[in-house]
Amino acid sequence: MTFDYAPAPESRSIVDIKPSYGLFIDGDFVDGHGKSFKTISPATEEVLAEVAEADEADVDAAVKAARRAYTKVWSKLPGRERAKYLYRIARIIQERGRELAVLESLDNGKPIKESRDVDIPIVAAHFFYYAGWADKLEYALPERGHSGENSRPIGVAGQVIPWNFPLLMLAWKIAPALACGNTVVLKPAETTPLTALLFAEICQQADLPPGVVNIITGAGDTGRHLVSHPDIDKVAFTGSTEVGRAIAKAVAGTDKRVTLELGGKAANVVFDDAALDQAVEGIVNGIFFNQGHVCCAGSRLLVQESVAEEVLAKLKRRMSTLRVGDPLDKNTDIGAINSAEQLARIRELSDIGEAEGAGRWSPECELPQNGFWFPPTVFTGVSQAHRIAREEIFGPVLSVLTFRTPAEAVEKANNTPYGLSAGVWTEKGSRILWMANQLRAGVVWANTFNKFDPASPFGGYKESGYGREGGRHGLEAYLEH
Amino acid sequence: MTTTSTAPNEGTGPATGGWDALPDSFGDIVRSDASLSRFLHGLPGVDQVGAEARAASLGTRSIKTTAKEYAIDLAIRMVDLTTLEGQDTPGKVRALASKAMRPDPADPTCPAAAAVCVYPDMVATAKETLGSSGVHVAAVATAFPSGRAALDIKLADTHDAVEAGADEIDMVIDRGAFLAGRYKQVYDEIVAVREACGDAHLKVIFETGELQTYDNVRRASWLAMMAGGHFIKTSTGKVQPAATLPVTLVMLEAVRDFREATGQMVGVKPAGGIRTSKDAIKYLVMVNEIAGPDWLDPDWFRFGASTLLNDLLMQRTKMRTGRYSGPDYFTLD
Repeated sequence: MTFDYAPAPESRSIVDIKPSYGLFIDGDFVDGHGKSFKTISPATEEVLAEVAEADEADVDAAVKAARRAYTKVWSKLPGRERAKYLYRIARIIQERGRELAVLESLDNGKPIKESRDVDIPIVAAHFFYYAGWADKLEYALPERGHSGENSRPIGVAGQVIPWNFPLLMLAWKIAPALACGNTVVLKPAETTPLTALLFAEICQQADLPPGVVNIITGAGDTGRHLVSHPDIDKVAFTGSTEVGRAIAKAVAGTDKRVTLELGGKAANVVFDDAALDQAVEGIVNGIFFNQGHVCCAGSRLLVQESVAEEVLAKLKRRMSTLRVGDPLDKNTDIGAINSAEQLARIRELSDIGEAEGAGRWSPECELPQNGFWFPPTVFTGVSQAHRIAREEIFGPVLSVLTFRTPAEAVEKANNTPYGLSAGVWTEKGSRILWMANQLRAGVVWANTFNKFDPASPFGGYKESGYGREGGRHGLEAYLEH
Repeated sequence: MTTTSTAPNEGTGPATGGWDALPDSFGDIVRSDASLSRFLHGLPGVDQVGAEARAASLGTRSIKTTAKEYAIDLAIRMVDLTTLEGQDTPGKVRALASKAMRPDPADPTCPAAAAVCVYPDMVATAKETLGSSGVHVAAVATAFPSGRAALDIKLADTHDAVEAGADEIDMVIDRGAFLAGRYKQVYDEIVAVREACGDAHLKVIFETGELQTYDNVRRASWLAMMAGGHFIKTSTGKVQPAATLPVTLVMLEAVRDFREATGQMVGVKPAGGIRTSKDAIKYLVMVNEIAGPDWLDPDWFRFGASTLLNDLLMQRTKMRTGRYSGPDYFTLD
């Protein structure tokens, strides 16, 4: 007899998914003028709900509502009053945490363990954190000489977010915007609209004045209408570098302010004096957390040659214990790939890796019949010239490269068009500081990876985008210069 | 590598396992304080934050229904039912021994515990009650719990217990010597006690609450394994903190790595502070995922505990009957 964990599914009875959803404009759910689309559970391909696709007229209505709310209500409220709403939203998120977690796992495919223990708690923490700033903005950016009278909001923000952390990215966008006195029109990704729509209900529950938050669902066209709407003052986008470029072009020549948080190909650098067991945990967490659908994922492992073999052996053993399957099972470590489209891209790049001669390995694991699944995969013998070492795969696929000296590690780590994050594993404190200064990445984690805190700024160098979210720095994007 | 083993409940003699001779490759390492220090300090470090995070994350595994039934029965079979008090009497030890053989008198399908753990002077009493039940007698020897005595006294203590019929000896290391870097002295003591054990199995207690750092726990683990300990054990139960999940995690990593390096399996015994079935299951999950399923056996993993057993029994009854019964339905021995 062996210790086989029996199924431990989280009940989905706590969520009440409606058959169809409209758009959340001016405090109410309204029918869109456009078509509608289906959102499915990527783990089973079951249709969860029909969602309205906002057309140009809907976007215009949402922006007008946001403008009215900005001019008449929100920008006139003192910071402490705005804070009350944000604190209330944060508390409701905590109270309805299990509901949000189950819904997020259903719509996105991520394991319940993760939505329950990571996503939703950080979402609440983000609202609490920025609620705290709302009445202290004059002290937020002393280096820019802010005083009470010139910490002014920008106006109406058009925000477009990705599908990998649906509610968390919403929190990163909405919490600082509202704290600073802006109003928002937010478009969630077309494959993961449901938690944003539940958030809209939470705004109603919190009695947030109508029009302060507007949620419009749709795909690329809806996003295009939003960012190019003439009455948007500020565009905030998280997503692919390709779409980020298009947005930068669309707003060029206007006076819209823009922040972009784009792709990454982060190096996770393991030195031979590292705490190896914990480094292996960090490697696993770096690339397999959230199925590798993480812009700052540690998708390139740079390991010192002298310990490469040992680290790889430990890594493979550890990967064999990863549990892939039903996202709602509390013991699942790796859930479903978010969409058929993303699965196709992961497969394509992995096949290219194999064709280019890298060694491909996955632990034995049984994948469910329906839905979109990809096993945790590691490629060894990868060099900088391989496409899997250059391009963002955005899936549970790790490329392993080796280095001999610290200088070589830095050179390889920085040799990428991206610069979002990096990891350093060593027991030598001085080397951590030296590496952090050398690495061109917005976030450098030392002896950990994929740690997020609302007080810590996050953002990229180079093609990973510009602007910072989180922390005091995150306020800058939403305050007038 | 697979290892065949016999559960103590089924066999009559001491558990098989452990190993009889030192691999030659350790010869150079164990020659002096300097060589031992070079080796032990050359082991990869343990990052405290990372180790604690990993232990906490394994603690969130949800073990239900059939998996829980399996885990509870396994945990009962792994209990070293312990009484180590100045007030221990033959009567108390006999009661404990009876309890170890039939933990739940109301349910004959309930498995026996692995062993009773007593001071050396109580070994004969325990042995008499246990007879050929298959439940082992473990004795804490070597000037337990502080270990502050001369080597010949520690060895005499060990001999006493073995002669009285102990199947297992739980020794304490000299923490003072370890912390002072006199690794050779600690090593030699373990080797000498191991020799004094004869056929009895040796568990080496580190008192991790006194070693304090995870780096020290990893080094002590390797030192004890190289010296021939059959088991490495966290604590005496007399010092706080006693067993913790992250400390046990580091020890499980050590036995896993040691088997990889030498082919020899060594057991692990967390002791002290494990009181609930929920806790015990967390440990078993960790054994399963860190060391591997080969260690899910009383020959390779034990719980040093006393109150834990009744909580396991209550949970077991709940699983079988669907009802919780009060503590009065389980024996207090």
